[in-house]
Amino acid sequence: MTLDTVLQVALSGLLMGLIYALVAAGLSLIFGLMDIVNFAHGELLMLAMYATVLLNAATGLDPLLQLPVVAVGMFVLGVLIYRCLIGRALGVQFNRGMVQIFVTFGLAIFIRGAAQLAFGGDFRSVNVSWLGNKTVHFGGVYVPLPQLAASLVCLVAFAALLGISRTEFGRALEATREDRDAVALIGIDRDRIFALGWGLGAAAVGIAGTMLATFYYVSPTVGANFALIAYVTVALGGFGSMTGALVAGVLIGEVEAVTAQVLEPSLKQVGMFAIYLVVLMVRPRGLFGKI
Amino acid sequence: MMTNSILRRRRNELVAGVLVLIILAVLPLPIRDVYTQNLIILTILYAGLSQAWNILGGYCGQISLGHGLYFGIGAYVSTMLFVSAGIPPTIGMFAAGIVGAVAALLVGWPCFRLSGHYYAIATVVVGEIGYLLFLNWDFVGAATGLYVPFHGENWAALQFRTSKLPFHYVVLAFAALTWIVAWVIEGSRWGYSWRAVRDDVTAARSLAVRVFPSKMAAAAISGFFTAIGGAIYAQYVGYIDPDSVLASSFSVLIALPAVLGGVGTLWGPLVGAIVLIPTSELTRSYMGGAGGIDLMIYGGLIVVIALARPTGLVSLLGIRKQVGGANAAPT
Repeated sequence: MTLDTVLQVALSGLLMGLIYALVAAGLSLIFGLMDIVNFAHGELLMLAMYATVLLNAATGLDPLLQLPVVAVGMFVLGVLIYRCLIGRALGVQFNRGMVQIFVTFGLAIFIRGAAQLAFGGDFRSVNVSWLGNKTVHFGGVYVPLPQLAASLVCLVAFAALLGISRTEFGRALEATREDRDAVALIGIDRDRIFALGWGLGAAAVGIAGTMLATFYYVSPTVGANFALIAYVTVALGGFGSMTGALVAGVLIGEVEAVTAQVLEPSLKQVGMFAIYLVVLMVRPRGLFGKI
Repeated sequence: MMTNSILRRRRNELVAGVLVLIILAVLPLPIRDVYTQNLIILTILYAGLSQAWNILGGYCGQISLGHGLYFGIGAYVSTMLFVSAGIPPTIGMFAAGIVGAVAALLVGWPCFRLSGHYYAIATVVVGEIGYLLFLNWDFVGAATGLYVPFHGENWAALQFRTSKLPFHYVVLAFAALTWIVAWVIEGSRWGYSWRAVRDDVTAARSLAVRVFPSKMAAAAISGFFTAIGGAIYAQYVGYIDPDSVLASSFSVLIALPAVLGGVGTLWGPLVGAIVLIPTSELTRSYMGGAGGIDLMIYGGLIVVIALARPTGLVSLLGIRKQVGGANAAPT
């Protein structure tokens, strides 16, 4: 293996890993806030990708210009999901853990069915894009521009999420995470914070979805695979930890790229799953999880 | 006396169990329609599988989303034994069960150190690893899968072409067996320990309940019966590949009837299966053509039941909670 190959593998792992990290950040945010694993996370990603593809076809605008629209749309969807379903699931008296798992799971099946009904089962992709199919190369290392742009946008969105956590709202989020009952005593509306948390989480996955759509095909089932990687990333990084999501996302991306290179591409996920299981043996709450 | 009322309730449940068994045994006799027969067989099979899941997920509170692995292992072990060694599935299914139990122990050894969502996610991942390995494993047919050769009508190989009736009784025996096991566990010392582990690990430990061995025992029994269910399924459909027996969707299909019917209850898996399996099969048959409506109905039903009846559909029937345990949530 030449140095170029090594660099190429490392770089493509890094680019993909940053996208994984943003998808996982949305999941981790929601989990950290209210102890819910959103099993419809992959379907939110799929919806964002469809929104991008359809807007692109209708307006002819570059996906980069659609980012704000999709992000706001996903934010609203996230808030709606909380208001209509998750808020109720939190109020359940019995079997709360299972109700939460299976409510989001039923939602995932519902969204997948709705997408199949509305868009059919065909693969679709973005037609108009400034960056489409262009590559730059440094020495012998080729970098596809859509992937590069996607990972940079994801990095910026990630920084924005971290920035939000330093604002007044971010501190309210953190306080609600620490003790959801005590915050009511100091005048924080828990329900509102939870709803905004869902909005932010959905917006994060929305941004990742828009950028992913610039170089990845869309179908009603595209979410499942990315969701699985997101769960692994969040569990590896530690549920609720943003830093953990970033580190674990990049780690997963790298392991996937290396496994695909060393073993067969069809086994590329075995490597990341194995790393995840090994880490969990040593640190059951993930790399950055609170013990 | 407290004990007397518990004993009486357990005896009543056993009587109810026998009555249901008789009803289910007579049920297919007047039915000539193959589609309906198939529907009933699948419903009873899922009731049994879900009861097997319930032993670990319901009574011991470990929400496994990787039971598809044991189901697939069971299907593959009995089929491989039949195809390459000629061992009939009536014997092979017990080998499958033992391999399934060992697999559940191997998965449990590392995973039971994890709690709550960490455990659930880990089981998803382990199931997915199993799927990927079988998909690339040439010895078991890789992505092409395995055909079960037909050796003529016989009970030893559980092969029946002219009628579905024998299979009805095979799956009924399987479901009844899992029910009896759950019934025995409910009243046993193990059952009480497991429910203590589910409801409050710390309190259980303080009462000298050995938490890890309890989880391992529940996992082994659960894996054993799930694998037997997989072996029966393989004989029923006659063809298996990783997508049809190891896909992660199976893990959820196995858990759902118990969860929506009433987790940690004797009747939950059967009630849940009676609602879910015909719904999913009928909507797929009659509305699958429109693409997606079937999934929307199925998904919507799951959401509505989970929110409206968090303790499960059995609570509608006025069946009381299981012996001696609160229905508190494991989180």
